[in-house]
Amino acid sequence: MATDYDIVILGAGPAGLTAGIYAARAHRSVLILDTASVGGQTVLTDQVANYPGVATTSGRALSQTMAAQARAFGCTIVPFARVSDVAVTGAEKSVAYRGGERARARAVIVATGGTPRRLGVEGEERFVGRGISFCATCDGEFFTDRPIAVVGGGNSALEEAVSLSRFASRITIVHEFDHFQAEPWIVAEARGNPKIEFLLSQRVLGFAGDGSLAALRSAHRETGEVTETPVEGCFVFIGYVPNSSMLEGQLKLSERGEVVTDGALATSEPGVFAAGDVRQTRVRQITTAVADGTVAALSALDYLNEEGL
Amino acid sequence: MLATNLEHIETEAGFRETLASNENVMICCGRMGPMCLPVYDVMETLTPDYTHVAFRDMAFDEPIGRVIRSLPETAGFMGLPYTVYFKNGEVVAATSSIQSMEQVTAILDQHFGAPA
Repeated sequence: MATDYDIVILGAGPAGLTAGIYAARAHRSVLILDTASVGGQTVLTDQVANYPGVATTSGRALSQTMAAQARAFGCTIVPFARVSDVAVTGAEKSVAYRGGERARARAVIVATGGTPRRLGVEGEERFVGRGISFCATCDGEFFTDRPIAVVGGGNSALEEAVSLSRFASRITIVHEFDHFQAEPWIVAEARGNPKIEFLLSQRVLGFAGDGSLAALRSAHRETGEVTETPVEGCFVFIGYVPNSSMLEGQLKLSERGEVVTDGALATSEPGVFAAGDVRQTRVRQITTAVADGTVAALSALDYLNEEGL
Repeated sequence: MLATNLEHIETEAGFRETLASNENVMICCGRMGPMCLPVYDVMETLTPDYTHVAFRDMAFDEPIGRVIRSLPETAGFMGLPYTVYFKNGEVVAATSSIQSMEQVTAILDQHFGAPA
């Protein structure tokens, strides 16, 4: 049996929750579905210090406040929704979830966010929690006085490397290019840290060890020279993969799988809008996700009003 | 004490009592950190359906955390949270670091059975 909603929002991160607040406040019926808990990637942020109007908070607290606001305006939020089918082409759009429930929507906002990118190399899965980590705040102290590697060249990778220097005996930053995407100030800070070494233009081949992580193997991208770096820990910060696989063939996606939108955040399909990290954009911050959610909701409301829906 | 809606294990007596009075037990030993919070959320969500499983949490940094940290099955773990599954008081599975709903239910269904 299907339930009708004016707007179904896929994703309960900052973009989806903001879109829900705006749409429900306009007296539209709104269902927000997420395959995981409320908050998206924000929940994985220990401390948020650059959200205007909030001095410092945790990602979880910020998400819970947004969810409470959305519920107060009338949104139905379903975390861990086990979304199994998404059909957004044509006039009738629907989403199947929770093993048999179906929601029909007049408009859809895609705010499914992204998933941390994995290296996809030998040993990576085996050593997660046994040397390989994705959270310096959580696991840094396990590596006190031990050699570790940080894979990546963006802000997250270099900031976490500097942070981890409080614990680790030596940090090797392994990066695929000979330059960094990170901002110059953090590159300078990392270069000035006596515990940090650099291994650039590298392709990570895999991880080795007996029970616990013992080494990272990589090859120079031009010469092919293989390096085995002894490490007991490795933190991976190589960006995100957009959660758009369910929309392949239905919406125009970029080569990287991001949903392509116009200035109003409309996608290639009428009545479908996209917001936040899943869409093609250069900057991915909580603040930009919130802005996207606002624009997508207002565009969706315009669409419904213009179509007389 | 952890700020979750799960039942907390705070003493060794409570730990022993939990294992003695429940056939199937899942304990998540962690902090209120980014890798731990999603696992608590998964457990809270599963509680109404998995009535044959006792879901508990435990503070990693409190003295009680030693009962999980010192298990042979968690030796070599270097990622929070430590999650341990007990059947009839014996460890049947243990994981380190963040786990998804799918990963948790796979272990629960394998060792404790899916909900009726």
